[in-house]
Amino acid sequence: MSMPEKEMTFGEAIKEAIAEELRRDPTVFLMGEDVGKAGTVFKVLTGLYDEFGPERIIDTPIAEAGLVGLGVGAALTGMRPIVDVMFGDFITLAMDQIVNQAAKLCYMSGGQASVPITIRTTLGAGRSSAAQHSQSLHAWLAHIPGLKVVIPSTPADAKGLFKSAVRDNNPVIVYEDKMMYTLKGMVPAHDYTIPLGVADIKREGDDVTLIATSSMVHVALQAAQQLAEQNISAEVVDPRTLVPLDKKTLVESVIKTTRAVIIDEGHRGYGITGELASVVYEGAFDYIDAPIVRLGAMDVPIPFSKPLEEVTIPTAKDVVKAVQDMKIR
Amino acid sequence: MHGLAHLYIGEEAVAVGVCTALRDDDYITSTHRGHGHCVAKGGNLEAMMAEVMGRVTGHCRGKGGSMHIADMSVGILGANGIVGGGFGIATGAALSAKKRGTDQVSVCFFGDGASNQGIFFETMNFAAIWQLPVIYICENNHYGEFTATEKVTAGTCIADRATPFGIPSEQVDGSDAIAVYEATAKAVQRARKGDGPTLIECDTYRYRGHHVGDPGESYRSKEERDEWLAKDPIKRLREHMMANHLASEAELDAEVREVDSEMQQALEAAKAAPFPPIEEVSHHVYA
Repeated sequence: MSMPEKEMTFGEAIKEAIAEELRRDPTVFLMGEDVGKAGTVFKVLTGLYDEFGPERIIDTPIAEAGLVGLGVGAALTGMRPIVDVMFGDFITLAMDQIVNQAAKLCYMSGGQASVPITIRTTLGAGRSSAAQHSQSLHAWLAHIPGLKVVIPSTPADAKGLFKSAVRDNNPVIVYEDKMMYTLKGMVPAHDYTIPLGVADIKREGDDVTLIATSSMVHVALQAAQQLAEQNISAEVVDPRTLVPLDKKTLVESVIKTTRAVIIDEGHRGYGITGELASVVYEGAFDYIDAPIVRLGAMDVPIPFSKPLEEVTIPTAKDVVKAVQDMKIR
Repeated sequence: MHGLAHLYIGEEAVAVGVCTALRDDDYITSTHRGHGHCVAKGGNLEAMMAEVMGRVTGHCRGKGGSMHIADMSVGILGANGIVGGGFGIATGAALSAKKRGTDQVSVCFFGDGASNQGIFFETMNFAAIWQLPVIYICENNHYGEFTATEKVTAGTCIADRATPFGIPSEQVDGSDAIAVYEATAKAVQRARKGDGPTLIECDTYRYRGHHVGDPGESYRSKEERDEWLAKDPIKRLREHMMANHLASEAELDAEVREVDSEMQQALEAAKAAPFPPIEEVSHHVYA
């Protein structure tokens, strides 16, 4: 029996998740720059202010350290704030609050304290926004014990994971690809959550595993489609959360297919693809038939000019070529 | 005792004066020099000594140490190893109190060094625009680590930094517990009424070096220290209490003996307590 679904965009799914959590729990509130009447720079939250008012949808100064810091203090003392950091690049301004405070207060206090804060921010290039508005810095935070990192790729995942993030008693950072806000998809009509730490197989296949995150899932799906036309069956696995990481699903898929390409929009150097590749090597070494290929953003600042920007980010063509080079058939 | 610790000796009047004006359910955030605040806010002494010594019976099960003592049960939201690390937390706790509709207040202890951190100005702005019940207590002990405050701090006083934000502020004699108490009590009253934040700068001095192991002598003169020792806050409070017939000399002596023995007991209990079992290294990473 299939459950009823409705179509919505990625942005609408995020907004619906936030609205439902605001209705459900009076300790939830959202604050950030231009989140009120303006509904954020991406217009993702339009309408929330009208329903919930200025006490729960709060416009703040442009002061990311203070903004996240206040969120940490509020979370520590009985509230469940959602803090909106407009661009992932601006997370750098709040790193002390996230890394030294939010991530460590539970541990440093021997479990007395908990910091149930959700930080929503963006990643992704592709808007000709240049080097300070296009970065994908999720690896930075995935590196820090005490934080959870959520990186959804579809409207349904975004909604279910976001609701889990808000209900989680730990600091959770939700990375939304700003190029995906208008992406449409089917979303369950009933109230649901998706647990953090469960990967999802977006397409089944037998010859090669494409492990992809966020918008790169769609790149991988496109590549899988093209590979199918060449009689190569690709499985697309989306970890959905980087911390906690569902290592088992990743490893089992590669044990089945014996090959893997890993695609993430962060820089390739010292990044997510390196970590995921080592997870797969450690778990599936004896089964692997070809060196794992890692595709990430080029190790250059993201340039402004369209043709330059385009070559910095992995494409379906890059994925197809990587698989073809494995000489499966 | 192993590891990093920063002594509070000489600054006692600030912690005592401020915390006496607070309720158990009010919040404080502390500095790297945090155990004075912990004692004054009513933290359990045995658990504090045990924490300083890294024992499992400590407030934080030995995971925080001197620089991260927290006792959530009496509103101690944690000492902090980052200079200025408490500004966001304290101001956020004040926002939380306001959102929950309580009349709790939140106190942020910070040093003269932290007054040059950017987040000080960010959070004062937040506190002012939202009229949050937060009190910023600057413990100006005249040295940021080994550097004299005036060498690295613009303006004539730190209290003045509140003025452009429309936040009331004052400078008090930080060796005078009564003066600190009175200034804080006024600020607490305003905060509870919904009249917003206050900044109080307390003029004070640490007798010892920056941390245990720093004699504190190479960058400060003996004359300077003697001057401050002459106005020792504990001695002054004692004289004040006797002069105003609040307590007799005998009563005060008895009190000192009692506190000494309480401290000794806490110390002995901490020494006797075990270190945390190794498996706890992986506990409490997540709530």
